[in-house]
Amino acid sequence: MGVEVVVEGLTKSFGKQTIWRDVTLTLPPGEVSVMLGPSGTGKSVFLKSLVGLLKPEQGKIVINGVDLVRCSEHKLYEIRKLFGVLFQDGALFGSMNLFDNVAFPLREHTRKTEAEVRRIVLEKMEMVGLVGAEKKLPGEISGGMRKRAGLARALVLDPEIILCDEPDSGLDPVRTAYLSQLLIDLNAQIDATILIVTHNITVARTVPDNLGMLFRRELVMFGPREVLLTSDEPVVEQFLNGRRIGPIGMSEEKDQATMAAELAHREAGHADGPPDEDVRGVVPQLEPTPGLPPRGAVRRRKDRVMSILHTLPPEAQQGIIASLTPEERSHYRVMADAGDRTGPITPSPWPRQGGVL
Amino acid sequence: MSSPATFPGVGALRETGRMFGLAIDVARNTFRRPFQLREFIQQCWFVVSVTVLPTALVSIPFGAVIALQIGSLTRQIGAQSFTGAASVLAIIQQASPIVTALLIAGAGGSAICADLGSRKIREEIDAMEVLGVSPIQRLVVPRVLAAMLVSVLLNGMVSVVGVMGGYFFNVILQDGTPGAYLASFSALAQLPDLWISEIKALIFGFIAGIVAAYRGLNPAGGPKGVGDAVNQAVVITFLLLFFVNFVLTTIYLQVVPAKGS
Repeated sequence: MGVEVVVEGLTKSFGKQTIWRDVTLTLPPGEVSVMLGPSGTGKSVFLKSLVGLLKPEQGKIVINGVDLVRCSEHKLYEIRKLFGVLFQDGALFGSMNLFDNVAFPLREHTRKTEAEVRRIVLEKMEMVGLVGAEKKLPGEISGGMRKRAGLARALVLDPEIILCDEPDSGLDPVRTAYLSQLLIDLNAQIDATILIVTHNITVARTVPDNLGMLFRRELVMFGPREVLLTSDEPVVEQFLNGRRIGPIGMSEEKDQATMAAELAHREAGHADGPPDEDVRGVVPQLEPTPGLPPRGAVRRRKDRVMSILHTLPPEAQQGIIASLTPEERSHYRVMADAGDRTGPITPSPWPRQGGVL
Repeated sequence: MSSPATFPGVGALRETGRMFGLAIDVARNTFRRPFQLREFIQQCWFVVSVTVLPTALVSIPFGAVIALQIGSLTRQIGAQSFTGAASVLAIIQQASPIVTALLIAGAGGSAICADLGSRKIREEIDAMEVLGVSPIQRLVVPRVLAAMLVSVLLNGMVSVVGVMGGYFFNVILQDGTPGAYLASFSALAQLPDLWISEIKALIFGFIAGIVAAYRGLNPAGGPKGVGDAVNQAVVITFLLLFFVNFVLTTIYLQVVPAKGS
């Protein structure tokens, strides 16, 4: 199973400019998390801090008991072997063809024979749909292909933590859907902890178990997906619906005057792009492709979420309870309308089935 | 963590410190297994391919200028028989390592800097670190070592070509005596002159490699940053080279007694 990533009080600044401060969150082991945020809020910086490429000034990042912010270079290189990172543009080595790129980690870190390397590389290339492009150089292929090749390279060592920096940028909606499905299938197969940084709403609504958002130099929230998807926080509402009305401006923040002017335009009947539909609310989560094992994370997360249900906002509670099947409801001993419970829920034991857990 | 100190010139000091840090890292990683032999050979070949022809072309007129200058000087003071001796000394001890270093820095170093810089902005270096491979061991060490080796070899070539150029111009254009030119070689020059020449070349190659790698690994953002980094790398290397050359020459002249004294 994937490992847990604990981030505590993390603060990063470049010179006088604070990128974000006091970020505290835990990526639960084996679960898929998404970090949302408008452009320029330091999502990529957060990702790079998690792999130790950037050193935050304060706080801790603990993985397997090692604090990445303060550990030695040697330890850092050891820990990094747990990671598979998909960079924004794939970050392939320009001088190597795709095959050598994907084979690179295997050749560096394992003593596998060339035949074994070939088998594994071709398997991963097939997974991301790049069969036949092995001999191409990164400069000769499209951005989407580079991204998929970068993903194949990130997966080749069977990582326990997968970090994806905007897997959807530069991809069309169809390829993005395939990539989302691929990540969920991967999670079902190898149970890796996955963190996706994105500003794609579809990905945020359907892929993750946990959802967080960075804005104005801090973490607005991080928790089970239902919490953010049903949130009344103005930033979250604006972002999920992709509207101009709200605290997020063209530049990072909006002043009162601009906000008032926009509202006035709207009152005066100015058509503001998308219709006034509200896409918030809990939608069904992406499931692994039929035939694959069920995701262990789903069950684990459900237990975890139900045990903290009473601490969540009422809308989130309703969303969660509405998404439970009747068996689950009886298991967790909740009624469909039990939105305002106050005590923790103690689940009754599951009937034994299939040995999934 | 305490906030970094601020006073005038702190930026320059910090950069210098980081560059020394890189130099130490490179020295340490040189001895770490596995040695990147393949990359080393490729880089040697690459550096040779961009430097060998310009170096040869520069060293002929360089040797000629020194020979002509010394030829006319020696005639004025009536010491024609020492023309060969003086010019070979000047070429081997001073001209050759400097010519080599300028070309290693200008042609080889700039290419190394541009290569590493573009890899950095394409996030290749980051990706390599994340894949658990040290870019210093994997990329920088072979390049610095290649610059050093090629520098030493080129230095030998420049010495030979320079001396031959000097001989040609002195004998053909200034009607010098071929025998006297050759025979006086050993009158002033001695073996340590050749050693210091090669040691200088080795150190200059190291400096050129380190500066190029340092600037390449730390470009300001974007493609323009890489261009600026290359430019700075060449300028910084040149400044350092002349300074280090001055220091080395002073030490050498103090430590090794001149022949016949």
